[in-house]
Amino acid sequence: MTDIATTVPRPLADADSAARIERRYRQERRFRRIGLAAICVALGMLAIMLITIVSNGYTAFIATEVAIDVTFDPAEVDPDGTGDPAVIGRANFQGLTRNALRAYFPDVSGRTDRRDLNKLISVGAPSTVRAALLENLDWMGTTQTIWVKAGADFDSFNKGQIPRDVPESDRRVNDNQVSWFDQLAANGRVEKRFNGTFFSSADSREPEQAGIRGAVVGSFFTLIVTLLLAFPVGVMAAVYLEEFAPKNRWTDLIEVNINNLAAVPSIVFGLLGLAVLLNLFGLPRSAPLVGGIVLALMTLPTIIIAGRASLKAVPPSIREAALGMGASPLQTVTHHVLPLALPGMLTGTIIGMAQALGETAPLLMIGMVAFIVDVPGSFTDPATVLPVQIFLWADAPERGFVEKTSAAIMVLLAFLITMNLLAVLLRKRFERRW
Amino acid sequence: MANLAETQTTEGVPVANDDIPQAIRIAAERVSVFYGEKQALFDVDLDIASHSVTSLIGPSGCGKSTFLRCLNRMNDTIEGCRVAGNIKLDGVEILSDALDVVQLRARVGMVFQKPNPFPKSIADNITYAPRIHGLATTKADFDAIVERSLRRAGLWDEVKDRLDEPGTGLSGGQQQRLCIARAIAVQPEVILMDEPCSALDPIATARIEELIDELRQEYTIVIVTHSMQQAARVSQKTAFFHLGILVEEGETEQIFTAPRDERTQDYITGRFG
Ligand SMILES: Nc1ncnc2c1ncn2[C@@H]1O[C@H](COP(=O)(O)OP(=O)(O)OP(=O)(O)O)[C@@H](O)[C@H]1O
Ligand SMILES: [Mg+2]
Repeated sequence: MTDIATTVPRPLADADSAARIERRYRQERRFRRIGLAAICVALGMLAIMLITIVSNGYTAFIATEVAIDVTFDPAEVDPDGTGDPAVIGRANFQGLTRNALRAYFPDVSGRTDRRDLNKLISVGAPSTVRAALLENLDWMGTTQTIWVKAGADFDSFNKGQIPRDVPESDRRVNDNQVSWFDQLAANGRVEKRFNGTFFSSADSREPEQAGIRGAVVGSFFTLIVTLLLAFPVGVMAAVYLEEFAPKNRWTDLIEVNINNLAAVPSIVFGLLGLAVLLNLFGLPRSAPLVGGIVLALMTLPTIIIAGRASLKAVPPSIREAALGMGASPLQTVTHHVLPLALPGMLTGTIIGMAQALGETAPLLMIGMVAFIVDVPGSFTDPATVLPVQIFLWADAPERGFVEKTSAAIMVLLAFLITMNLLAVLLRKRFERRW
Repeated sequence: MANLAETQTTEGVPVANDDIPQAIRIAAERVSVFYGEKQALFDVDLDIASHSVTSLIGPSGCGKSTFLRCLNRMNDTIEGCRVAGNIKLDGVEILSDALDVVQLRARVGMVFQKPNPFPKSIADNITYAPRIHGLATTKADFDAIVERSLRRAGLWDEVKDRLDEPGTGLSGGQQQRLCIARAIAVQPEVILMDEPCSALDPIATARIEELIDELRQEYTIVIVTHSMQQAARVSQKTAFFHLGILVEEGETEQIFTAPRDERTQDYITGRFG
């Protein structure tokens, strides 16, 4: 007491401490700047990545289409005059389309020139014409203007991806083809239209015919299997370990191993799937069922760990309250603890599913990398998934697949962002403070 | 029910103890509790009289909560906790394995130190226990239980218009009264309270103390408290614990005016604790 009373009042800051304060402020400022720089670098990289993908990929959502005048001569399409769609559907639509194009360029002759001319339109054009006719059977005997997809190279050419002003030998389209194409364009017979095929069809050898529907449906089936397996098992495991298991060496061991499992490279799960599910149990190759099981194994630790964390976050006082009024341990968990922990568990599950959606390596091992042109219809149909589709397209030599690759990445990112957003919303919505 | 609440005096006028037969509701004999290797209670013998308030006092860590939690077997929920000895509730051994703790806890309710309402509506907080114990089936029955319990806990007038709002939205004192209402919703015989007022302000504390005094009419109450004044105000019997040993027990008045043991004397005069 006396000490304080007798000391002379000290100035708030002497020279020494002023220097110290200045140094502290400097350090703080530097630290903040470094932190800010780190964030800028991270955001910059993200921006570069997104810009590259979008600028490469947005063109895949539009396709160049060419108008051709197809004459549906009954003598050729339906010689017996049955009017039966089944019969009409078997007509030679390839011939019809080619004739339509040839009619527009009557002076093109010779095998090579004709072949070059045919390349102006997609090999899928005949089926477009066929579908159009089957929908309008009264077109029989008339000539109709039908928009069909341009050939992949001309799609790229029209989008400026194949430059015009380079020597002919360096170009995938020759001068003749360019002049024909220009002629069509000059007559308003070339248009860029929304590319519905990209969303409605599965993979194809022809870039202009290829779509992501097959991969999206494959991913969907795969993730359904993953969710149905991983969520209940994960939640049960988390609840048992957190609420019921005795704390002893065995449960410690299990805990350590779950954490280890979360760190196992995903390809190992693929090998496991190959060895056990395919070779031992003889499940079908390339099937969403197998892919889903493998991804469920991979996602399980994530869900268990997230589940335990959210169970731990439920205050013990809630358990005490329930137990204290005579709820059984099971009632305590199902009536009180689990409902409170569920949003956290769901968040963890969504994040786990997002990981699973983006996973490629383990699926390569179980054959989901196959080239599949049909949209899968069930859990055992051969299928591929979005990231594998991206991998396949990135590998394809055709120019037209470059934009498809980026577009598929955009679709995948859209799904991932949606899922993560959902997780964040869920967390925000049910965030609770005790 | 309403009548009962109204005819009660709240002026702290002592209700004559002698009116009520001092039957023994709980008889604890040679109760020892171990947390793993560590012994927390040593051979405690304590009888708890029916329809009275018994307070457990003693310095921190002396085993008051541990003893209280033996009375409804809440120690079962603590890993590594072992209880030895005999505790009889109305002559029935409650430490035996054959006893169903769910039944026991329906008869011996508990109120905790920190108010811990469920993050559900006020009504759901009250009806939860009657529901799991199957005490009511119709909505009317449940409504009656809600009203009766809240009235009994002196909370009805404050919350009757917002029974659907979350119990966690009430003030601390209201939450604690809600917890008491929740405990009496199943009509237990005994209510255990572990420092029920330690998280509350003096006014809220006074209300709870009044409530305890009223509840004594119907229930047997065991309360752990750190406040000697509180023990003196609300309880008829007092037990003093020290280092896991029951040092002294008896009429509250006697303990506070003429303690037999030196340690009790030291504690109540504030020399330690
Ligand atoms: N869960 C537990 N695990 C191990 N030891 C415990 C546990 N709970 C209590 N103890 C020990 O048992 C002894 C008695 O604890 P108890 O909680 O009964 O004391 P208390 O009298 O209620 O103290 P306070 O007044 O601080 O609440 C203490 O030494 C404490 O460390
Ligand atoms: Mg205590």
